[in-house]
Amino acid sequence: MELHRATLPNGLRVLIAPDPNTPVVAVAVHVDVGFRSEPEGRTGFAHLFEHLMFQGSESLEKLAHFRHVQGSGGIFNGSTHQDYTDYFEVLPAAALERALFLEADRLRAPRLTEENLRNQVDVVKEEIRLNVLNRPYGGFPWILLPPVLYDTFPNAHNGYGDFSELEQASLDDAAAFFDTYYAPGNAQVTVAGYLDVDETLRLVEKHFGDIPARPTPPRPSFFEPLPENERRRSVTDAHAPLPALAIGYRLPDPGTDLDAYLGHALLGSVLGEGEAARLQRRLVHGDGLVTDVSASAGLMGSLDARDPDTFTITAIHPAEVDPERVLAAVDEELDKLAAAGPSEDELARQVARWSAALYQETDREVYRMLGLGARELLFGRAELAVELPARLAAITPDQVAAAAAKLRSSGRGVLFVEPKGEQA
Amino acid sequence: MSVVAHRSAEEIGRTALGPRPLPPLGPTREVPLPDVVEHVLSTGLRVLAARRASVPMVELRLRVPYAARSPEDTAVAEVLSSTLLTGTATKDRVAIDDELATVGGELNVSVDPERLAVTGSALASGLTTLLDVLADVLTSATFADDEVARERTRLIERLAVALAQPRTIAREALQRKRFGDHPITREMPRPAEVETVTAEQVRALHAVSTVPRGSILTLVGDIDPDTAIAEVERALGGWSSERTARELTPPPAPKPDDLELVHRPGSVQSQLRLSAPALTRHDPDYSTLQLANLVFGGYFSSRWMENVREDKGYTYGAHSGIEQVPGGAVLSVETDVASDVTAAALLETRYELARMVAVPPTAAELESARAYAIGSLAISLDNQGGLAGTLTGLAADGLGVDWLRERPARLSAVTVDEVAEIALRFFTPTAFTGVVVGDAEVIGTRVRALGGVS
Repeated sequence: MELHRATLPNGLRVLIAPDPNTPVVAVAVHVDVGFRSEPEGRTGFAHLFEHLMFQGSESLEKLAHFRHVQGSGGIFNGSTHQDYTDYFEVLPAAALERALFLEADRLRAPRLTEENLRNQVDVVKEEIRLNVLNRPYGGFPWILLPPVLYDTFPNAHNGYGDFSELEQASLDDAAAFFDTYYAPGNAQVTVAGYLDVDETLRLVEKHFGDIPARPTPPRPSFFEPLPENERRRSVTDAHAPLPALAIGYRLPDPGTDLDAYLGHALLGSVLGEGEAARLQRRLVHGDGLVTDVSASAGLMGSLDARDPDTFTITAIHPAEVDPERVLAAVDEELDKLAAAGPSEDELARQVARWSAALYQETDREVYRMLGLGARELLFGRAELAVELPARLAAITPDQVAAAAAKLRSSGRGVLFVEPKGEQA
Repeated sequence: MSVVAHRSAEEIGRTALGPRPLPPLGPTREVPLPDVVEHVLSTGLRVLAARRASVPMVELRLRVPYAARSPEDTAVAEVLSSTLLTGTATKDRVAIDDELATVGGELNVSVDPERLAVTGSALASGLTTLLDVLADVLTSATFADDEVARERTRLIERLAVALAQPRTIAREALQRKRFGDHPITREMPRPAEVETVTAEQVRALHAVSTVPRGSILTLVGDIDPDTAIAEVERALGGWSSERTARELTPPPAPKPDDLELVHRPGSVQSQLRLSAPALTRHDPDYSTLQLANLVFGGYFSSRWMENVREDKGYTYGAHSGIEQVPGGAVLSVETDVASDVTAAALLETRYELARMVAVPPTAAELESARAYAIGSLAISLDNQGGLAGTLTGLAADGLGVDWLRERPARLSAVTVDEVAEIALRFFTPTAFTGVVVGDAEVIGTRVRALGGVS
């Protein structure tokens, strides 16, 4: 895969990944701020601000951004993660310059108004009602588990936000947030698809080049000490018909020890991926303790956040099953893996599945572009997307065993979700 | 939060240069759709294969028409779809999964009132293995008693979760409201029906219903189509039956009616679901209706979305789409809104439907919808999985890749007058039926007072 990098004089980073075989082009701006950076008393602000960035800019009335993207034949979205926020669109290749113009205009001069702020607070509240409050297992585990495992506000709080704090958000908060975090030196433009590299770089310079440089905020460390023992918490879910539990462990820092991180990622697959996975065989079929079980590295996906991030095991189980039995069986399976590791074949099969999944991601220009962009922003290595199959293939059974042993010897957070009772 | 010195919101939104012009579009880039090689095996299985070598993978879709013969079939079919991959004459569930994983492969089975679907993928070098595993489960799945018993229990637990989802509750209510007791409404069995399903019933259903004649197998990926078809012939040649897969009968067209208020106690949102007849993909006016629908509520820049989300803040999303059903098509108009604005959102929805009739789409609205329809089609087909799924769905409806190739031209030919005329035919508010699901004690009084709700 061909990758080209540049940095504009105002500090904006540029990543270009041509693909001669597609009729489309994908463009994103990644900003190096996520919900971990939002201040106390303003939970949900990073996500709310993401919504505001779609509400118009100096050259674009409210609604114009959507209309220009879709009216050019494209699709768009944005998303807020722990450590970054992305804004992206995929369009026919003919619309490349238009897409860059639209992204540049809002990174230069977004139109932040009281009316749009109030409107988007209402929209975000509906988003939260839809995805969390009005459905079973809403926010499980991404909102509910972090406060059990973490102590500090950045890591523990609800990234969707409390309604009362969303309602208190002011226009001045938005201005401060933009000036602090949306400096060009804190952002990156990624362009992938059918394009000419030199021409694309020229267009990026043309549209983004005159955004004045501003001080780039120091990147905070969100490190906190590892938990020394097990913490537990129970929550009630008014809509859930069955109890559920989530176990959270700390992951190794992917920035300083990628192989240890990948050992955990493969441990997640060996435990949970497919019918032959250890926890599927033991908990779902052997003991019949749970309805469904999963295990994975990364609260919002693998290699999607800097340190600290979470290794998660979740299960939904019948009310008559004591959750202690589920925990005990998980511990036993981890002990077995810590003692003997997975077999060579077992591991090779999981690596083959990862490779296939990475190819499928690469086959969609939007995922290819977002994967490259996020890994470049977080770790300075877009190449990870290409190197991952080989890096994973080099992980040994011993490294997976070491990951299992690490989970067993460290503290963890355990969340229990209890149904409220009689269901509608 | 405002401790650091920063510009005001007003200062941020202004530059010395002022507003800038939107750049024009550049030259269009076309990537033709690949040729689709088609072959019908002597067993009646129709095979489609296309080469798209973007990544070294192959995507597989098998579609078996699977209309129920009796109401009990719904539960039996659901258990069958959960147990098809749990064992064959020579392999248990773990061995099946291990063999697939060796080639980075996956197979997933799902069933609905129309069809049983097997969706799969593997590294292209593993096509033979993928097909061998598929052939093995199709011809010698055992549906062992203990596997059926275990999956039955899990299915009941999963159904409990699914049936607690507001979107499922709303979908079921809408299907009953517009299609009555036609089998198309039986998308999910009741837990009590699953409880009594036996392994014998599953085996019997598999023997009579999972058959190649009338079914479609599609392969798209880094393959040579002719070689791939020969591979299918070798691997799946032994999958045969005297029977023909059973197509679902056409449901009745939805009739205009009051919206039915469905009580969901404690709900903090309401689901609005409205429906009316639409046109099938075979109809010469299909593209025209598709564009009219986009203008109404089919994409973000639609009248309805801009009203209820971006102006009023009633919802996170509002969408209307054309759903193909056997022998026909229906328009589905769907949004979830806060309980306290349910009546207001319904009023705006009816207003926007009526506005399609009274104030038809403008030339600018049509051009935007047209560009979106053509561009988003190209985006959706620009990967192996998207192309495989689309080809399979079209083939089941008697349409081929030429229909896809000609879509941009058909969309380009639609005029403003044609859209105005089709809006008049399909968007009259009184032509709709539907449901409102929510906490009736909170929303009931105002929603009923609007009229047309019972």
